[in-house]
Amino acid sequence: MGKREVDDRFKKFGTVSFTSITKTNDFVSQLEQGKVMGTKCKECGLQFFPPRADCYQCLSSDMEWFEVAGTGKLMAFSKLKYGPVGFEDDLPYCIAVLDFNGYKVFGRIDKELEDTEISIGMDMKVAANTLPNGQLNYIFQKP
Amino acid sequence: MGKVAIIGVGQTAFVRGYPGSIRELAFDGFKDCMADAQIAVKDIDASVVCSAPEYDKQRSPSGVFAEYLGLNPQPTFYVESLCSSSSTGLKLAYSMIKSGLHDVVAVIGFQKMSEISSAESQERMGRGTDVQWESPFGTMMPAYYAMFAGAYMEKYGATLEDLALVRVKASTYGQINDKAVYRKAVKLEMLSDPENPMSGPVSSPLRVGDCCANADGCSCVILASEEKAKELSKKPVWILGLGSASAPVNMAGRNVFTALDAAEIAANQAYKMAGISPKDVDVAEVHDCFTIAEMLAYEALGFAGPGEARDLVRGKETYKEGSIPVNVDGGLLSKGHPIGATGGSQVRTIVQQLRGDAGEIQVKDPEIGLVHNIGGVGLYANVTILGRA
Ligand SMILES: [Zn+2]
Repeated sequence: MGKREVDDRFKKFGTVSFTSITKTNDFVSQLEQGKVMGTKCKECGLQFFPPRADCYQCLSSDMEWFEVAGTGKLMAFSKLKYGPVGFEDDLPYCIAVLDFNGYKVFGRIDKELEDTEISIGMDMKVAANTLPNGQLNYIFQKP
Repeated sequence: MGKVAIIGVGQTAFVRGYPGSIRELAFDGFKDCMADAQIAVKDIDASVVCSAPEYDKQRSPSGVFAEYLGLNPQPTFYVESLCSSSSTGLKLAYSMIKSGLHDVVAVIGFQKMSEISSAESQERMGRGTDVQWESPFGTMMPAYYAMFAGAYMEKYGATLEDLALVRVKASTYGQINDKAVYRKAVKLEMLSDPENPMSGPVSSPLRVGDCCANADGCSCVILASEEKAKELSKKPVWILGLGSASAPVNMAGRNVFTALDAAEIAANQAYKMAGISPKDVDVAEVHDCFTIAEMLAYEALGFAGPGEARDLVRGKETYKEGSIPVNVDGGLLSKGHPIGATGGSQVRTIVQQLRGDAGEIQVKDPEIGLVHNIGGVGLYANVTILGRA
């Protein structure tokens, strides 16, 4: 028996990834190319972020990728002074949710932004990001 | 099919560093409940064990507990819905009895959080959210609730002082609850004094004083069919309404950050089943894992309109003497929050209130009480309505 090829690209997602194998592994390769992508059901057109391999509306697994483009409105955010095990070196950091009108995106706000520059309702864009430990995620920035 | 009663309630003190193993912790909670129920172990014909997993090495604790508590060969099983595990257990026990399959069921909720560090514990809790898409960003429970706090304050003009007032109320009752892990007074100015540890930032805008305390503990609630309750119990308290709902685990699936939708859905189900409205509730226990969570609960339960929870807080309406007393046992904030034990402990407080056995914290002549128990960030919601008749 030959060695089985394992597609574990997802272990590169985030400071610490808790998942290595998913049908949405292409998300990580797209991040490497600077793109943040969601999925869209080819059957019913429903858009998903985070991306999913399967549509709950029509139970189809025929999906296509779309790029999270333009700006979303900042719905909520919080700056953490303490983090879970494995995230100590990232502190402090700010988690947030953006509303893209059709789907929402949960992620982190760019560390470059001062607290005074962040307010609920502001427009923000999403950008792919490489973390100091070489892992990949995405961050929210001023447009 | 008849009604279902609660014929026994008990709990251990909620403590930091319980000096024993989980089966011994369960024994202490069970023993306290059995002393209250005044029944024989052989009267119990099934048990449901509830906790959030991965805080201890034991897998499938129900088997271990059934043996240790003398509950073999009766069936036993394990249920979890994070912080709402034991109110989920209560709903299952209700269904088991209502179906006619069982007559007397013990619901044992426990958590021994002190076997791991606080940071590890936060990491475990954080993994009760979306581990694939959210945990890689370094999420923690306080940070999620902090997002709700920030959005709520922005929309409705609630203040850090409003949040602090919730903590002050909790400590008022935590100080006189000998089961509480946090027995000290919290004064309003402590949360705004930069020199005071209570004001220390955790995740903006929430401070140390806005967060509940981890603890070890066990609660136990014994349910019985109407027939068995009348035979075995002098002071049964009746389950009048049950509601449960869920919400998307990923925050990207939430419509608003100013309310917990699942709690409102669960509340409306429970009110409908009980045939009552929010104004009929005489005393309530709500899931105040964070100060903001108590304010969101007032609104989900219809005690206040959207954005109006602060009026109840400022008017002291949820104190023991107020129009709707809430968490007069110190709540999760002061009594402590041993995850799987919390729902059963909330039920215990309400049962004691309805029996008129609540001592120093007894509210005046309550007929109807309510328990609001939430798992995760409003991911799971259980609302239970109890009555004296
Ligand atoms: Zn579809």
